[in-house]
Amino acid sequence: MFNYTFHWNQALKALPQMLDGALVTLQIALLSMLIGVICALALTGFRLSGNRVLSGFATTWIEIARNTPALFQIYMAHFGLGNFGIHLSPYTALLVGIAFNNAGYLAENFRGALKAIPDTQTRAGRSLGMSAIQAFRYIVLPQMLRIAFLPTTNQMVWAILMTSLGVTVGMNTDLAGVTQELNARSFRTFEFFALAAVIYYIIAKAVTLAARAIASRMFRY
Amino acid sequence: MIEIENVRKSFGTLEVLKGIDLTVQKGEVVTVIGGSGSGKSTLLTCINGLEPIDAGRIKVDGTEVHAKSTDLNKLRSKIGIVFQQWNAFPHLTVLENVMLAPRKVLGQSKQAAEEMAVKQLTHVGLGEKLQVYPNRMSGGQQQRMAIARALAMSPEYMLFDEVTSALDPQLVGEVLDTLRMLASEGMTMICVTHEMKFAREVSDRVAFFHKGVMAEIAPPEALFGAPKDPELQKFLAATH
Repeated sequence: MFNYTFHWNQALKALPQMLDGALVTLQIALLSMLIGVICALALTGFRLSGNRVLSGFATTWIEIARNTPALFQIYMAHFGLGNFGIHLSPYTALLVGIAFNNAGYLAENFRGALKAIPDTQTRAGRSLGMSAIQAFRYIVLPQMLRIAFLPTTNQMVWAILMTSLGVTVGMNTDLAGVTQELNARSFRTFEFFALAAVIYYIIAKAVTLAARAIASRMFRY
Repeated sequence: MIEIENVRKSFGTLEVLKGIDLTVQKGEVVTVIGGSGSGKSTLLTCINGLEPIDAGRIKVDGTEVHAKSTDLNKLRSKIGIVFQQWNAFPHLTVLENVMLAPRKVLGQSKQAAEEMAVKQLTHVGLGEKLQVYPNRMSGGQQQRMAIARALAMSPEYMLFDEVTSALDPQLVGEVLDTLRMLASEGMTMICVTHEMKFAREVSDRVAFFHKGVMAEIAPPEALFGAPKDPELQKFLAATH
């Protein structure tokens, strides 16, 4: 039917290299989430600020991040900004692109979480003599974190998978980049990419399971 | 002493308070009765400054509530308020719910706040529920927790806004018992309520609100026994 002989040994021999790549992948994903969460909190604040310039800026960011391909966002960070003389390395461009995307999605999550908490909670806090900031910090924020936690971990999984788009801007040290280079040298496409897929799957699954374990410990109510 | 002078308040074009005058002395229990939309709940939220007023003034121990210079957070720490919806903080245990404001607003040590919280929770009959999360309790228990939470601030005044209205009928009694206990201990209280029997028992004076006006105020025997205002007569006839 088809005459292809699998050469799994070649792929397995490259496993250590690929695992090094997986570490880079994980590093970019984590950093992009960290930056993404900080930007998303700022965007959420901007949108609630009542200032038209700030909320317009935030809305534009969120709209673009959520309604254009992630690939374009990364491409723009590398080649698009390059046109203006801003040259980001593949690593930085990938990080910036994914962080931009994360921030857009997370800001929307945070806003939804915030809306889910009734105003009467703040009112109860204020009537106990708390300042607006205290009521937010001790009453609203912890409840908001719980609601936003699992959607945020979903975004983390998505960020891990998005790192593979780095190959399009010349990224060659992450899992996808390493795999692509091995493939180019050996043409053992199926074996290398299948092995890489298994590694992506394991990382993504591990993040999801870890998040659930953390959630069940952190949120006991 | 709470002094309310000619207070007016509108929501849009609807005037809900049309010049209210009321003075509540230390240690006094005043209940406010009246139909829905009569302005009685609004008055309570004006007293602790949650709602601004359009005219008149409200003074608590001589401090004008709505003056710009008034530190509302400080003022609110001595006026406890409990709402129809108890607004338990769902992410905190019963004990933590009660400890939060004393810790953060009054700056009490953890130990002092916990001691006070345990005392107040025991007082309202929740001494066994300290480590429970609110969603595991009945509405009546959550409402008593809300009362303990307000009491833990050692307030000088307590405002109760229809605190039994959202409860299942069989849970009303336990909350009213808590209010009776507070009244008997000499707490200064303003209670907006639909529980006429309760109003008759605990009040020093009962005020009847009708369409934003305090139509009648008198000791319970007089107000329930010989109501003068025709609207009050209708109201009492309808609620008995």
